[in-house]
Amino acid sequence: MKHEKIEKNINLMMVLIVVAISIGGLIEIIPLMLSSDATEPYEGITPYPALQLAGRDIYVREGCYVCHSQQIRPFRSETERYGPYSVAGEFVYDRPFQFGSKRTGPDLARVGKRYSDDWHRIHMVNPRDVVPESNMPGYPWLATAEVDGDLMSRKLRALQILGDPYTDEEVAGAAAAVAGKTELDALVAYLQNLGTVRSAR
Amino acid sequence: MSNLWSWFIIAGTIVSLIACFWLVAYANKQRASDAEIAESESHVWDENIRELNNPLPMWWLWLFVGTIIWSGAYLIYYPGLGGFGGVGDWSQEKQYSDEVAAAEAQYGPMFAAFGAMEITELANNADALKIGASLYQNYCSQCHGSTAQGARGFPNLTDDDWLYGGDPAQIEVSIVAGRTGVMPPLNAVFGSDEAIDEMVRYVQNMADGMDTSSPAHTKYMQLCVACHGPDGRGMQALGAPNLVDDIWLYGSSPTQIRKSIVEGRNGAMPAHGDLIGNDRAHILAAYVYSLSN
Repeated sequence: MKHEKIEKNINLMMVLIVVAISIGGLIEIIPLMLSSDATEPYEGITPYPALQLAGRDIYVREGCYVCHSQQIRPFRSETERYGPYSVAGEFVYDRPFQFGSKRTGPDLARVGKRYSDDWHRIHMVNPRDVVPESNMPGYPWLATAEVDGDLMSRKLRALQILGDPYTDEEVAGAAAAVAGKTELDALVAYLQNLGTVRSAR
Repeated sequence: MSNLWSWFIIAGTIVSLIACFWLVAYANKQRASDAEIAESESHVWDENIRELNNPLPMWWLWLFVGTIIWSGAYLIYYPGLGGFGGVGDWSQEKQYSDEVAAAEAQYGPMFAAFGAMEITELANNADALKIGASLYQNYCSQCHGSTAQGARGFPNLTDDDWLYGGDPAQIEVSIVAGRTGVMPPLNAVFGSDEAIDEMVRYVQNMADGMDTSSPAHTKYMQLCVACHGPDGRGMQALGAPNLVDDIWLYGSSPTQIRKSIVEGRNGAMPAHGDLIGNDRAHILAAYVYSLSN
């Protein structure tokens, strides 16, 4: 086939481009989607309880991933600072995962239980109250905004349909679990659980 | 990874490589025919530049061939072809554990030697303190501050006032096992706002002597004495602060004292033993001890 035929027929060219790109995608992605390393939860990892899930959504909404990664790479320099390196099975209930791509602030993959709840509350409202050198913005509105219970039960229901092993009781109790909680409560609950399943060296 | 998917990857990768090679070879064969050269006479720019289907320059094609050869060598040495681990026996986990083992061989004996020394001795060892200072910045400065002077709710480590005791052993316990201080919320016990105000005044002025005539004193002797002691000097076993000095963990303003009484406080020092290991905790304890001794 002469390449003029492709160059002068944009529709044929589009089809062939899609085919060429798809081959790479199929070979790299499909086997991984079926590999147990990436799809089965790491021992001890469970779907997020309603309050933590609410906190996770706030994490995403406020764009925390823009400055914080959640992925400790397997280098000694990283594990010395943050704790054991991350493995794929830790992220099976993250939709989508919050690996991030840039560390303006520190990695948060193992931040759970590293600081007290009080520290997180003060730090989230005004980071400079505890870390004077910090350039993280404050998020004071989280302390007064309430978590929407009705929305949380619908979110759990949606995740249950997608295959996360929530029990019907958990879905039914989601609204009650977040009743009266502020967004700050939810975010702190989420952060305090991050990485705790695989925290000891 | 199952065998089937392994072969799927191997076949797909090798076929793609062969296809790339074919494309390079094919592109090299094309020559402009005489008819095309004749036709291109009408498209000549700058006197001699023509639009023709000539092969790519050889040096450029060889770069292409080079990348194909490179990928073949890479896939033989490193893991990449499905379940085939590569002849180099390389893996991310192995590279990491080698790196850690090398560091352990280099630094392990040093940490162990420091770990076996007395904290009071370590606190005078310049090398240990240098390591301690770096550990401090990494693990402690977020709460206690980069100068160790603390923040509201997070104790100053450079003074002589200790919630849980300032001797080396207690400092080490605080680091390894953490601490949990609980001031219960007492709102319900007081009954009236005036009674709380009275208590706030009483606590704020305790350093000048306990006002035994105040109704708050009676309350103190019922509610507070178990933790803060009959003389107000606190209790290190519980982490109950001394109320008769001029150091205030949560601030000395009436608003803050009131908040402590009404809402309670939950000061927590997270356990660091699992995270940093006992030898590092030992060095860190020596560093913290050295800040005030």
